[in-house]
Amino acid sequence: MPNRHGGRRVVVTGIGVIAPGGIGTKQYWDLLCAGRTATRTISLFDASPFRSRVAAEADFDAVASGLSRRQIRTWDRTTQFAVVAAREALADSGVLGELDPYRTGVMVGTACGMTQSLDSEYAVVSDEGKKWLVDEAHASPYLYDYFAPSSMAAELAWLVEAQGPVGVVSTGCTSGIDVLGHAADLIAEGAADVLVSGASDAAISPITVACFDAIRATTPRNDDPGTASRPFDRTRNGFALGEGAAIFVLEEYGHARRRGAHVYAEIAGHATRANAFSMTGLRSDGRELAEAITTALDRARVRPGDIDYINAHGSSTKQNDLHETMAYKHSLGAHAYTTPISSIKSMIGHSLGAICSLEVAASVLAIEQSVIPPTANLHEPDPDCDLDYVPLTAREQRSDVVLSVASGFGGFQSAIVLTAPDRAAA
Amino acid sequence: MTAPVVTGLGVLSPNGSGVDDFWAATLAGHSGVAPLTRFDASGYPSGIGGEVKDFDAAELLPGRLLPQTDHMTRLALVTAEQCLADADLDPRELPDFAVGVVTAASAGGMEFGQRELEALWGRGGAYVSAYQAFAWFYPVNTGQISIRHGMRGASSAIVTEQAGGLDAVAKARRHIDHGTPHMVAGGVDSALCPWGWLCMSRSGRVSTSTDPNRAYLPFDVEASGYVPGEGGALLVLEDPRAADRRGAPKRYGSVLGYASTFDPRPGSGREPGLRRAVELALDQAELAPGDVDVVFADASGVPELDRQEALALAAVFGTRGVPVTAPKTMTGRLLAGGASLDLAAALLALRDQVVPPTVNITHPAHGELIDLVTDQPRELPLTHALVLARGLGGFNSAMVLCQGED
Repeated sequence: MPNRHGGRRVVVTGIGVIAPGGIGTKQYWDLLCAGRTATRTISLFDASPFRSRVAAEADFDAVASGLSRRQIRTWDRTTQFAVVAAREALADSGVLGELDPYRTGVMVGTACGMTQSLDSEYAVVSDEGKKWLVDEAHASPYLYDYFAPSSMAAELAWLVEAQGPVGVVSTGCTSGIDVLGHAADLIAEGAADVLVSGASDAAISPITVACFDAIRATTPRNDDPGTASRPFDRTRNGFALGEGAAIFVLEEYGHARRRGAHVYAEIAGHATRANAFSMTGLRSDGRELAEAITTALDRARVRPGDIDYINAHGSSTKQNDLHETMAYKHSLGAHAYTTPISSIKSMIGHSLGAICSLEVAASVLAIEQSVIPPTANLHEPDPDCDLDYVPLTAREQRSDVVLSVASGFGGFQSAIVLTAPDRAAA
Repeated sequence: MTAPVVTGLGVLSPNGSGVDDFWAATLAGHSGVAPLTRFDASGYPSGIGGEVKDFDAAELLPGRLLPQTDHMTRLALVTAEQCLADADLDPRELPDFAVGVVTAASAGGMEFGQRELEALWGRGGAYVSAYQAFAWFYPVNTGQISIRHGMRGASSAIVTEQAGGLDAVAKARRHIDHGTPHMVAGGVDSALCPWGWLCMSRSGRVSTSTDPNRAYLPFDVEASGYVPGEGGALLVLEDPRAADRRGAPKRYGSVLGYASTFDPRPGSGREPGLRRAVELALDQAELAPGDVDVVFADASGVPELDRQEALALAAVFGTRGVPVTAPKTMTGRLLAGGASLDLAAALLALRDQVVPPTVNITHPAHGELIDLVTDQPRELPLTHALVLARGLGGFNSAMVLCQGED
């Protein structure tokens, strides 16, 4: 079934999630619909010297998740998340056993790669920062896998036995959308029929916390961690770091239909633009994000009035939430005011590259379950953020067309459109 | 997919900075591989590398960019400036969103990252640079090039270890197809600091030879691994009609085909994916093996991987069926930048109808399988070139280029 561009249609047939407050897709969705927050005081290391000591951590039990002792010892937490989430997605899709290795690929997104392992290994080989000429004798034999995050894509490829296109797309905090767009393009172009794709980040580590402290991007609301992330709220003061992974099975529509797979949604369109403005700052008018949204809608053959729900970037920083609100007004016109918009970062924090894949998972589940997850902690709306952000309580509503957006360091601005499966059949 | 045309090149290589110096050195067989000077490597198992020479960032870049950039990004910014000048392309003179950039990365800004890790562990979190949040990360070169030149079109970054230099160009080709008509793409990389060097040594593939002329000998019986280097190339790729419309002065060649595959799990006994990547790329280019006039090999330097590549080439092209070269023996392997530099070399070979040599090869290991161009450049009619790249883990990529416009 060719789409307007002569390519083939791409659908989601499996979902796997590792998230703060929920291991597995069901727990994750329950958390989001309940409006519960998973932000807390950092427990993964002693964060007491840092400005921001709040994060949304995943209660991940590697042994219970089925990883071997060797995998736990040698893989960075980011790879562990990706593999466990991929296993769930594969089981969910039922596609294992029906894969042609040559027609199967893997594309994984990450912002920070194996930062946690690099951070801790560096402390060892430099004798805690004392030696510039780091010590050869004490280096981990797995150091190169941490150096080059493409190792994570290789692990996933071996898991799936994929021998088609495999790689990592890394565009900072838009990685989780951009990688799914890249994977969908590969299927649409005919380079593969099935892609296991999504994003993973587990970067709650001293160097990450320190670098966001240095630019005051993260929230210092250490006294009340449960309400630390407050997208679109007047009192928001930075994002809460998070971690997690969401991995999907993406299939060419005919491939999914022939094997009778359950289809969650179609990836109907996506686009990315750069702001060419600043590595960390945003132009206040949101024009580049608006352009990405307009292009993604156009590729999806969707009009602004067709959008039932927007899963926002909503990072809870002063500049982002305004920038994003302006982008909706530019791209959607009057519809910006009538379309429900929510930020799940209010509950699960900002897991950098992984978050947009987690947000796509929420978008797909919003279509599947006819529920819009809320923006938690939104008690005092910012007068300049004057749209419908679905505060505090989930809303039961059918969604056939969902837009998810992201904005990140480096100036990347991305948008993706998910549509209900019966639209895919139409 | 429209075959994009390459209208500009920028090169920073251990054996020559700028297209002309690089190409002259490459044809002359001048190597840039030498003992490392950037830091004292005497405590490590290997100390030979390909450093970009006489690179004075303070002279070449605005001062405000220096505190916020890794060495790798400084190299990339200078390379980007070169390729845009070569293409006579100023993104600010073109419509909004008409120009984008895709770069390949391997590990991000390792030297910058090492300095900040040292500050964190040695002195405390408060001493970490405000620039660390983005100076080390994988898409930093894309972001900085985009900002410096006002490129607001579709942009991205790809990490596939040493195959990325082709994959980034393929990604740019797709962005052109989806409506961003002008792209800068390729890889420029470096990790020549103690921390990066230590990590690379753990790949198990770096030669421990102490002789710069014997350390990286792909397809030689004495092959003992590779020499890491730094630098790379960036290409200006354009929709051919858009290049015509703006009056682009040069046409180096076109990208006719590309494919990427992944190897089966190590130990499976199944055939590696390189041959299939070549065949798929040729299919896409609508060419037969006999149409290919020269192959720029991945040339790992690891004996088993060299053997696999020679077998794949013999399977597709027949034994000694096509001239094969690896000018990267003069530069070392430039991480994510190496395959892009090979694309530049292939386009220059097509322009000048000459195959550059693979230097230092004294005892070819696979002479019965492949016709390796050693010692001297070989002049012959060239219309199509194939460039191969592999990344550790099992990444294979192949790209087919043709002279001029398709």
